[in-house]
Amino acid sequence: MEAVLQALQGPWPWYVSGPIIGMLVPLMILIGSRSFGISQNLEHLCAITQPKFIRVDFFKYDWKPSAWSLVFAAGVFIGGYLAANIFPAALPPQLSEQAQVMFNGWGMAEVTSYNPAEIFGLKLGNVILLLVGGIFIGFGTRYAGGCTSGHAITGLSTLQPQSLYAVIGIFSGGLIASHFLVPVIVGN
Amino acid sequence: MRRYLAYLPYLLLGALFGFTLIKAEAASWYRIQEMFHFQSFHMFGIIITAVLTAFVGLQLIKPLVNKASLDGTPIVIPKKGAGKLSHPVGGFIFGIGWGVIGLCPGPIFALIGSGSFAAVIVFFATLHGVWLYGYMQHKLPK
Repeated sequence: MEAVLQALQGPWPWYVSGPIIGMLVPLMILIGSRSFGISQNLEHLCAITQPKFIRVDFFKYDWKPSAWSLVFAAGVFIGGYLAANIFPAALPPQLSEQAQVMFNGWGMAEVTSYNPAEIFGLKLGNVILLLVGGIFIGFGTRYAGGCTSGHAITGLSTLQPQSLYAVIGIFSGGLIASHFLVPVIVGN
Repeated sequence: MRRYLAYLPYLLLGALFGFTLIKAEAASWYRIQEMFHFQSFHMFGIIITAVLTAFVGLQLIKPLVNKASLDGTPIVIPKKGAGKLSHPVGGFIFGIGWGVIGLCPGPIFALIGSGSFAAVIVFFATLHGVWLYGYMQHKLPK
């Protein structure tokens, strides 16, 4: 029992996590011929919440046939709740030596939590950063027609060239942000 | 009741996905920076084994294509929409956000569940980003 609890608390190595996530692609198809992905929900949520006085036609569609997708997102939320509150990991991420040295070099505190206070702590500068970053994430995933789950995992495993181009775009953007923007942001 | 019960598998698979994202530390900004600096195999291992597992699973269910899935709809292998520039350019814009904030959409939902208010702020902003896309999508190159 103790061992089961410890296993649930994790952290889980990549060779456990990756196959579980990958398995979702064929499972969702078997259950209801659904394509594994999450970011389409952001579009549905816009369709649901767009106020009457704002009339962007793009969001005027019947989202109800996609209710399964919103239920899936609700599940992700529940899974996140269980993982962090009912079965919390004992230790923060055990990063590589090099990464820890890099974060130190950026003037960051020791890694003691899941996410850094330097980015996620609630102060004005961070809130602005989170808002701007979020707008890029939302705009980009919908323009690209998918995010890491829909393009990198579903798209690549179904051998779609468009998804390969999307993944190349995603990774290029991430490299530039992580190498040139993040050091400046956390250094200030 | 039957109608609602049909949604249950998606709720359970979503919960498995969210739980795994947190336990894999895929919703950790630290792990994403580590990945983009090639300082650990961890995140690459997750993505590579996920793609391989999905690929093998898809080969196994290939004989079932066009037959009925559990809810009765015929099984099809999903296809992404057409578009030339939209995929790499949209991906690039998303990648900038992912690289800075360290969260992609799946982890945003999972992290909100974990109780992070910062993730709620990011989520709120993603909706505005999506709305902005919807507002100007007819002007963007496809």
